[in-house]
Formats: sequence, structure tokens, C-alpha cells
Amino acid sequence: MLLLTCPYCGVAAEETELHAGGEAHLKRFGPGSTDEEFQTYLFQRENPRGVHFERWRHANGCGKWFHAARDTVTLEVFGTYSAQTLEPPEDLLKKIRDKRPGFEWRDIA
Amino acid sequence: MSDVQLALGGASFDGLVKIEELAGQGMITLRGDLGDTAITGPVREVFGVDMPGQRGTAFADGKGALWMSPDEALLLCDYDEAQKLADDLAAKLSDVHALVVNTSDARSVFRLKGRALREVLAKLAPVDMSPGTFEPGEVRRTRMAQVAAAFWMDDAGTARVVCFRSVAAYMFGILSSAADENAAVNHFAN
Repeated sequence: MLLLTCPYCGVAAEETELHAGGEAHLKRFGPGSTDEEFQTYLFQRENPRGVHFERWRHANGCGKWFHAARDTVTLEVFGTYSAQTLEPPEDLLKKIRDKRPGFEWRDIA
Repeated sequence: MSDVQLALGGASFDGLVKIEELAGQGMITLRGDLGDTAITGPVREVFGVDMPGQRGTAFADGKGALWMSPDEALLLCDYDEAQKLADDLAAKLSDVHALVVNTSDARSVFRLKGRALREVLAKLAPVDMSPGTFEPGEVRRTRMAQVAAAFWMDDAGTARVVCFRSVAAYMFGILSSAADENAAVNHFAN
């Protein structure tokens, strides 16, 4: 069972209260972009064995979207953070580097 | 004022707890930045309560405010005065980025009364109902079985559950099953 703490209402919400929203921090490529960029934006996703950054929505709760960092193997949750950001906060990254030295995720390491 | 048409006509059930569909509960949805005094000030003027903090509730003189999210509050009052209070508040908030709607008829409210109410709620919602963890003064938006709901405790022996009117019959059904005389678990020592 996955427990994520919603950064908006502070509830340690259990998985059935949440809705998964896929990979975090995608950059959208729309009209005017190259086919390659659009194809990558639309279809290419990370599928890491280890540290992963995702979007979740507290659907049966305050209704807010937020970000979560967790380990796909151990299900350890490193932390959750606001949706209004383009990248994970530095203190969270530091915590992950301490626990998983040398981890890489897209261009984050 | 016309007669209030309840979803279940005021259904009630007596078991581990007494469950009643409440008549006369006015509910007003407020959307807007709850940290902004330009919004909380008028709420205090009209409803007489200070906007509660995260997941908090505040009650005074039959009115109340429930914290639903950083930008949503559910304001409680008498059914008959709901529209007037909503209009008053909307007028005072006309210059602010906020939305006020009387949603009294959009939802159903059930009152649970009895010793076992923590157990009945714990059976249906993924919420830690232990004494000391969930107490009066806190509101929790969650799901109950398969539908979205919110509940809070008015005191140690009373709770109110709010759900959408369209699922009122379902809610009454699951509450009644969980409160069946033969379904006691006695998990919480109270």
C-alpha cells in the first residue's frame, strides 16, 4: 500500500484516495514543434527501476494535483511537493542523493 | 420557503449508531484564497466564524465553516437562510477573485449518533479514526466505500457525513450495513 502525504491538505492519503497522473515534469511540445519533439513528448516515458518522479491527484480529498518522488522497487516515498514547480526542490533531491547515491532520472542526478 | 425535498425523505436507521438524514442543513461553497483576509474578513462578518486552518472546522450560533482545501471552504447555516447569506457574502466579495454558491440541494447530510461512530466510519473510509488522531474540530474529505464524502465530529458521540445527493441512497445503505447490530467489531475501546 502506498501512502503519500498531500502537500495541500496534509493528509497521509492512502492509494485509493489518490489518482495517478503519470510522469512528472513533462515539457509540452505542441504546434510549431518538430515531429521528433512531439513524438517524444507524447510517447517517450521514463520507466526507471528505482527513483521516479510522478504526478498524483488527491482525487477523493482536497482535489489537488501534487508531485511525489518514490522508489519503484522498494515503494519508499522520498517526499511529496507542490505542483506549481518545474523541477523537484533541492532539499528533496539532496535527501534522495543521500539515500540512492548516483541515481539518475532524465537530466536530474 | 418551499418544502425541502430530501433525497431519502429523512430516512433513519438505528443500530450501533443512530443514522438520520438531516433536513434543514444549508451549505454554501466558497472558492477563493482562504489565506486572504479580503475573503476571510467578509466570511467572519456574515457567518460569525474565523476561517479555520488546514482541515479545521469552526462553529458559532448554528453557523460554521469547514476547511476543504487551500482554496475551498464549505460554509454551514440554516437551510432557510442559505440563499440570503450566500447573496450577502457574494456581494461583499464582488471585488475579490472568489466564488460563492448555495449548494444546499446538491448534497445530502447524515448525522451519526452513538458510541460506535468511530468504528462505523473506520469501516467505510481509509482514515485513522483512533481517539487522539481524529477528533472533533477536524474535517476529513475522503471516500466512503466507493463514493466521495466528507465528515467531521461535532462532539465525541456525534458526527456528520456529507455526500452528493445523487449517491445518498448508496451512502445510507453502506452506513446502515456498517452500523448493523450484528456487525460490531469493538476495535476502539470506547
